Amino acid sequence: MINKRVVSVSEALQGVSDGMTFMLGGFGLCGIPENAIAELVRLGVKNVTCISNNAGVDDFGLGLLLQGRQIKKMVSSYVGENDEFERQMLSGELAVELIPQGTLAERCRAAQAGFPAFYTPAGFGTEVAEGKETREFDGKMYVLERAFDADFAFVKAWKGDEAGNLVFKGTARNFNPNMCGAAKITVAEVEELHPVGALDPDQIHIPGIFVQRIFQGTNYEKRIEQLTVRSK
Amino acid sequence: MLSKDEIAKRIAKEVKDGYYVNLGIGIPTLVANHIPEGIEVEFQSENGVLGMGPFPYEGEEDADVINAGKQTITTLPGASFFDSATSFSMIRGQHVDLTILGAMEVAENGDIANWKIPGKMVKGMGGAMDLVASAENIIVAMMHTNKRGESKLLKKCSLPLTGVGCVKKVVTNLAVLEVTGEGFKLLERAPGVSIEEIENATGGMLVVEGDIPEMHID
Repeated sequence: MINKRVVSVSEALQGVSDGMTFMLGGFGLCGIPENAIAELVRLGVKNVTCISNNAGVDDFGLGLLLQGRQIKKMVSSYVGENDEFERQMLSGELAVELIPQGTLAERCRAAQAGFPAFYTPAGFGTEVAEGKETREFDGKMYVLERAFDADFAFVKAWKGDEAGNLVFKGTARNFNPNMCGAAKITVAEVEELHPVGALDPDQIHIPGIFVQRIFQGTNYEKRIEQLTVRSK
Repeated sequence: MLSKDEIAKRIAKEVKDGYYVNLGIGIPTLVANHIPEGIEVEFQSENGVLGMGPFPYEGEEDADVINAGKQTITTLPGASFFDSATSFSMIRGQHVDLTILGAMEVAENGDIANWKIPGKMVKGMGGAMDLVASAENIIVAMMHTNKRGESKLLKKCSLPLTGVGCVKKVVTNLAVLEVTGEGFKLLERAPGVSIEEIENATGGMLVVEGDIPEMHID
């Protein structure tokens, strides 16, 4: 067994520095790497580029890095719930690249899978395709999109083992599996860290080969953005 | 004139047995409440769930189970969870049968704009660009005019586009219209709404052929 376990979040984030590009899993606040984000805030790294579907809310998730003006550029598909984000973007302090959600996922997956680029129909004829190569296949137009190139991927899983194998829960899965192995170093935080052999190999969502470091996360808030219920 | 819920009710009639359906945020979400008895459909949410059920009972919500609007949801028997790349394989690969989404503007050639107002609102496209670029069957659910009373059905979109030539059908508070390439073909009128009212509220070319029936929403 190749042991990927590190004892703390600070050990897990060794090598993180100013100007780097990070991938962060999560959809809204669901399945975000809460411990890694808190550590990035504590380290105070600056001028970073974050690839993440959303940008958190004002006081949680990536919103915490925005508050500290740590982010130079965001690459996201939807950023609707964050006033500070909107302020920094409209004032020009923050560079923002908005891209289609499926393209975001596939640019992660392409990096994971060793594809330099791929053609997608999403965004053809819109400003997303400006300056990009386009090509017709069987009468339909496609846009050439590049794989991401990131230094670290920070992902959150439900269960993991010391070999780095991961199991996700519910829609907290989202971009997390696609980001594993898509950056130079993948750091996984888990709610439950198990010894090897405890997880059924048939039930593993992401094999440990895609993960360099794994640690037991703590104090998960798992904030709900839109609590919607019905009465009995 | 239809309420937003009645627009959803009318669109629900377009949903056929065995369909996989993706619902956008806003009016489209309401369609799930009006699927007729005996019609089996599965709702896909692009954040990674197929087989979405109703909202959870109070106290039973799970932060790890949400829809694309970040609302807490439940799942129905037979549901599945998956990653985002797989989710968009379903969408891009045309495995989803029907996409219902909102819009700020639709043009008579089927162009749609719904993600950005330059200088004012920049929330992003989310999954909308992937959906409209790939889906064979796209219905737009929206009000016929905006808050200032201006038509949202135009000759040409003025806002940045989400997709080109992709919308097939539009259901508004005033009418059901088909996008034909030669204009918005009027198919049905909302109860009590005249053709003249629809013409006045439509910026693009409105094609009226023969008698236009009132829509049935019950």
